[in-house]
Amino acid sequence: MKILLKGGRVINPATNFDETADVLVEDGRIVKIGAGIEDKADEVYNVAGKVVTPGLIDLHVHLREPGQEAKEDFASGSKAAAAGGFTTICTMPNTKPVVDSAALVRSLKMRAQEAACVNVEIIGAVTKGQEGKELAEVGDMIEAGAVAFSDDGHFDANAKVMLNAFDYLHTFDKVIINHEEEPTLVDEGVMNEGHRSAMLGLKGRPSVAEDIAVARDVLLAEYAGARVHVAHISTARSVDIVRQAKKRGVKVTAEATPQHLTMTEECVNLFDTSTKINPPLRAAKDCEAILEGLKDGTIDAIVTDHSPHAQEEKDREYIYAPSGFPGLETSLGIMLTDLYHEQKLDLPLIISKMSYEPAKVFGLEAGKLNEGSQADITVIDPELEWTVDEKEFYTKGSHSPFVGRKLKGKAVLTMVKGKVVMQDGKILD
Amino acid sequence: MEKNKLSLRGKNVLGLEDFSPEEIRLVLDTAKEMKNIIHRDIKKVPTLRGKSIVTLFYEPSTRTRTSFELAGKYLGADVVNITAGSSSIVKGESLRDTLYTIEAMGVDAIVMRHKAEGAAEYASRVVSPVILNAGDGAHAHPSQGLLNLFTIEEHKGHLEGLKVAIIGDVLHSRVARSDIYGMRKMGMEVHIAGPKTLLPRFLYEEPGIVVHERIEDAIANADVIEVLRIQLERMKGGLFPTTREYARIFGLNDTRLKLAKDDVLILHPGPMNKGWEISPFTAYGKNSAIQEEVQNGVAVRMALFTLVLTGGKQA
Repeated sequence: MKILLKGGRVINPATNFDETADVLVEDGRIVKIGAGIEDKADEVYNVAGKVVTPGLIDLHVHLREPGQEAKEDFASGSKAAAAGGFTTICTMPNTKPVVDSAALVRSLKMRAQEAACVNVEIIGAVTKGQEGKELAEVGDMIEAGAVAFSDDGHFDANAKVMLNAFDYLHTFDKVIINHEEEPTLVDEGVMNEGHRSAMLGLKGRPSVAEDIAVARDVLLAEYAGARVHVAHISTARSVDIVRQAKKRGVKVTAEATPQHLTMTEECVNLFDTSTKINPPLRAAKDCEAILEGLKDGTIDAIVTDHSPHAQEEKDREYIYAPSGFPGLETSLGIMLTDLYHEQKLDLPLIISKMSYEPAKVFGLEAGKLNEGSQADITVIDPELEWTVDEKEFYTKGSHSPFVGRKLKGKAVLTMVKGKVVMQDGKILD
Repeated sequence: MEKNKLSLRGKNVLGLEDFSPEEIRLVLDTAKEMKNIIHRDIKKVPTLRGKSIVTLFYEPSTRTRTSFELAGKYLGADVVNITAGSSSIVKGESLRDTLYTIEAMGVDAIVMRHKAEGAAEYASRVVSPVILNAGDGAHAHPSQGLLNLFTIEEHKGHLEGLKVAIIGDVLHSRVARSDIYGMRKMGMEVHIAGPKTLLPRFLYEEPGIVVHERIEDAIANADVIEVLRIQLERMKGGLFPTTREYARIFGLNDTRLKLAKDDVLILHPGPMNKGWEISPFTAYGKNSAIQEEVQNGVAVRMALFTLVLTGGKQA
C-alpha cells in the first residue's frame, strides 16, 4: 500500500526542514520525502497549499477509561483526537480505578488496540490510588508500557513522597508530570484570585499556589537529579522559575494549553461553567509570559488538557461544576487563529511544540517526518475558516469555551501508521 | 414624566451591577410609596392579585424570606415558600429540574437564595419566571443593597456625596458587593475596611472605592457606617485570632464611633454578632437604623415586585 501526499509545505522540526515537497508512504512508513516524487501510489492526495507535519502529539489527555465512560472513552476520545489532527495522545491515570498497576496499563493498551483510531500512550500514577502516600509499582508499569507518571488532578503535598518518587524514577529515566497547585492555598477556589474573583464573590485559586508548587518540584528534581515535567503551566512567575532552572541545567520541561495562552480570568462569568478549569484562567500578563516561554524554549509543549465531562455534570451552579473541558478538537484551530495568524508565533514553532518537542519530553518514537519514520502525519489547511460547533464534536464532552468561535486553520487529514483515519473533519471507519 | 418611560417589567433582579442609577432611583421612589401601605391598618392592595410568587431558599434565612413573603402578600400575590430541607432537593434533584418544576406550575416570580454564586443568574437562563436574587453565595444581595440605600436616603435626604464606611467581613459578604455597586452608582464615597484576612485580596483594584486595613481610617468623618456580619459559618478558622481580639481591634464601639460624624447612621444587615463586631450600645443607640432597615426591607421588596411584575402601573 503506497500513499503519496503531493505538493504540500512539509515541515519537519526534527531536521528544521520546511519546503514544498512530496511525501511517499509505504506500508505504514515514510519512505521518501522530496520534490517531484513520481512513484506510482495506490492513493494520491493533492495537498498543494496545505501543510504536511508530523502527526500531532498531545501529552495531556483525559480519556476517562476505565470508570467514567459517560464523560469519554477510548473510541470517542481518539476520534476527537484524529479530528483535531492528533496521531498520538497520552492519557492520564486519574480514572476509576486509578491506573496504578501493570495489569491496568496492559488492559488499557489492549483497549487502545481495539477501540482507538490513534496511538494512545498510557501515563501511570506516581502513587497508589494517586493518594500521594505510597509509591505505585512504577517499574512494573514501565515494563507494561507506561510512558510517564503523574498524579495529575492534584498536587502531592508530601515532599518526602515526591522526592522518593523522583529518586526511584531516576533509575528508569522516566518523567513525572506534576499538577502544580499547592492544595492548602487552593482550598475551595474555583477561579484565579484577582480583581474579578473579588467582585464576583467566587473563591480564588491564587497564582502563588502554582508558583510555590513549581518551585518545590524544580528544587526537588534538581536535588535528585531527576526529571520533572510541569503540567499546564499558567503563571508568569512559574514560567520564570522553569526558565531559571533550565539555565542551571535542571532536567525540567513544561507544557501549556491554548486556553491559558489565549484566555484570561476576565472570561469567567457566573453562568458559564466552561471557563472553570484547573489551574484557572489567569491574567493577561500570565498569557504573555507563557507566549514568551514558548518562544525562548522554556515551555516545550502545547497540550490540550482535554478534560471532558458529561453535559449534566457541567450544566449546573458554577461552584459545583467539575473543572475542565474537551480541547482536542479546538487546540490546533486556536493556536493557528490566535497565535499564527495574529503573528505571535510562526508555524514551524507551533508544529514543533505540538509534535517533535512533546515526543522528546516523554521519549516517544514519534513527532518526526524522517524517511523510515512511522507514517503518523497530519495535513493542515492553515487558511480554512470554520466555526466551533459542539454538535459536530466527536468527544462526549461538552461546554467548551471556544464554542461559537470563528477559527482559521484546521487539520484536514490525519494519518496513523500509514492509514488515513480522518479526512476533511470526518473520521473514516 | 421622565421616569415613566423607564420600566423594570420582566427584569431579573440578580445584582446591582445590572442596574442603572435611574433604575435604582425608580426602585427607591416606588419603595417610598410602598412604605405608606405598610403603615396602613389594613395592609393589602390588589396590585399583584392573581400573581404567584415562589420563594426558593437553599440557605437559612429569617428576615429576608419573611420580608419577601410579606411584601408579596401585602400586594395581594399568592406566595409559596420552598426550603431546601423540606423538598425534593434533599433527594438530589438538580437546580435545573427544581426550577422546571416550579415554572411548570405557572409561577410569575421566583425569589431565590442559594449558597452558590451565580445560582440566580443560572436560574434566569433556565426558566422564564422573573428571578429575584435573595442572596447567592458571596456574590450579590441586591434587595439588601437597595434597602440600605433607601434607609440612608430616608435619614439623610440624599445619597450623593455621602461618605460610607463598610466594615468587617467583606470577603464572605454578598451585601458588601451589592453595596459597592449600588452606593457608587448613587454617587456615594465608598470606604471599605477590615482585617486584611477578611478583605478580598484584589478588591483595591476596583475603581471608585477606597480599601483600608484599619477601620478607624474608614470611619473617620463618615456619614454612614455599615457593619457586616462576620460569617463564622463560612470560615474554616484562622482568619483572625479570636473574637475577643477582633472586638478590641476591629469592632465598632462607642470610642471608634466618635471618629465619625455626630449624626452618623449605623447599618447592619443582620443577624448581628453583638458584643464583638458591634457593641450593644452602638447597635441600639440613637444613630442606629438597624431595626428600621427591616421594615424598609419589606417596602423595597414590594417596590421590586411591583416594578418587575407590573412595570409599576397601579392596578
